[in-house]
Amino acid sequence: MNELSLHILDICQNSTKANASLISIIIEESTKKNTFTIDIIDNGDGMDKETLERVTDPFFTTRTTRKVGLGISLFKMAAEQSNGFLTILSEKTKGTSLKCMFELNNIDRAPLGKIEETIAILLLNAEGADIVYKHVVNDLIYIFDSREVKEVLEDVPLTDLNVIVWIKDNIKEGILNIHKEETL
Amino acid sequence: MKSLADLKKIRDAAQKKVTMRGKNDGTRVLVGMATCGISAGARPVMNKFVELITEKNLDTVTVTPVGCIGECSIEPIVEVLVGEQRTTYCRVDEKVAERIFTEHIIGGKVVEDNIIGKFRL
Repeated sequence: MNELSLHILDICQNSTKANASLISIIIEESTKKNTFTIDIIDNGDGMDKETLERVTDPFFTTRTTRKVGLGISLFKMAAEQSNGFLTILSEKTKGTSLKCMFELNNIDRAPLGKIEETIAILLLNAEGADIVYKHVVNDLIYIFDSREVKEVLEDVPLTDLNVIVWIKDNIKEGILNIHKEETL
Repeated sequence: MKSLADLKKIRDAAQKKVTMRGKNDGTRVLVGMATCGISAGARPVMNKFVELITEKNLDTVTVTPVGCIGECSIEPIVEVLVGEQRTTYCRVDEKVAERIFTEHIIGGKVVEDNIIGKFRL
């Protein structure tokens, strides 16, 4: 996977499978600290201690269709390659939070890529968890909250593809704007 | 910036459509979106379907991400469900997605080149 947003899509599918109703994705770019952090927090089923210890093992999966589970291992590898780390906290019935840190200017850090496509696909999931996406670039912040969009939509479903396209454009432009403002 | 006013316009248009649509016996497109699918390129494929459907304004077609069916080596896998008929496509890229859309979803004819049977391991 050559984009961090592809890893995010992959990881968030775990939240969906764990029956989360809210997934928060927080990206923070700090030129001062030279860090690029991704936090993914859900309110899903969570894991017990034993499962948590094994999740970064590529030969562990909850899937029954195959015997390997590479999602978290690949994300961890991507972080460690760029002088970062990945940690997961989880509590049964409370939810799971994952933190992934990268060196911002590390040559091996993959670009974030099309995060708007990732969020669009997550919103199209049949389980329909709400998504909060927060992107921070130094002091500038962009926030997307699917619950706010739902409020505007009234009885129109969020999965209406015209709405999905609007969301995608909104996120893409939002992130572009904070990056533009930052360089001014 | 895509404004809230734009979103309200989309809402109003959708509300009008709902009253006209009636029973929905539409087509469902399922895209495998587990680790294997994602790393094989399922996200741009799914995005392509979203774009094509909105371009043509087909409100009877839905796209949904699904998990892994255990055939990771022939991902990206796309299933098209029309009524009782289920067609499973494998090794789908954006070009194939476009063909599936025009030839199968609109034209009603299965794209034989990429159905799963042709890629037996």
